[in-house]
Amino acid sequence: MNVMYFAWVRERIGLPQEVVETDATTVAGLVAALVAREDRYAAAFADISALRVAVDQELADFDAPLAGVREVAFFPPMTGG
Amino acid sequence: MQVRVQSDAFDTGAELAEFAQGRHDIGAVVSFTGVVRDTVGDLHHMLIEHYPGMTERAIGGIVDQAVARWALADVLVIHRYGALAPGAPIMMVATAAGHRAEAFAAADFLMDYLKSRAPFWKKEVTRDGASWVAAKDADEQALKRW
Repeated sequence: MNVMYFAWVRERIGLPQEVVETDATTVAGLVAALVAREDRYAAAFADISALRVAVDQELADFDAPLAGVREVAFFPPMTGG
Repeated sequence: MQVRVQSDAFDTGAELAEFAQGRHDIGAVVSFTGVVRDTVGDLHHMLIEHYPGMTERAIGGIVDQAVARWALADVLVIHRYGALAPGAPIMMVATAAGHRAEAFAAADFLMDYLKSRAPFWKKEVTRDGASWVAAKDADEQALKRW
């Protein structure tokens, strides 16, 4: 699936998006798999409460299932307006 | 109903002159324009990042909620992204309705939701460095009004 990062999450991980092959069944499982990869992921996901997630471009929870999902995005709370 | 996400500047006056033009069934037009604020006096520019695709969907969903809730004749939302200078317009909302109560309430609702449910992130760039603008608890609390 396509995994996207925005704002300081993008800066900490060092890339805007990447294709990730994973056996994870939930967003939380995907986060755990990413954190296990490298320190920069661990730094970005250190405090999950400071992050929001969108699944196929809809806001979701970290326990959201990944079956059939094409795109997951991680970002800090939004500051529009 | 019109939603535009763009890097280009817009002219609030021209947009309002165009908005709901020719409609004779409306008695009220309310608008809000958000402007880049230089709080301390050292802002070089504001960098606005967004999530192409989700941004349009999220704003469209927020507009749909407003239309379902109030009797609105028309809605316009413009939100910019990219590097914006202090004083530049960031975004605008306009609502048209039969009466002012609906137009004011819908514009207020749209602003509260655009603030914390549309995928934009602001970064303040000064001569000394750059920092992401943190979301405020008050902005999240504001959603509970609705």
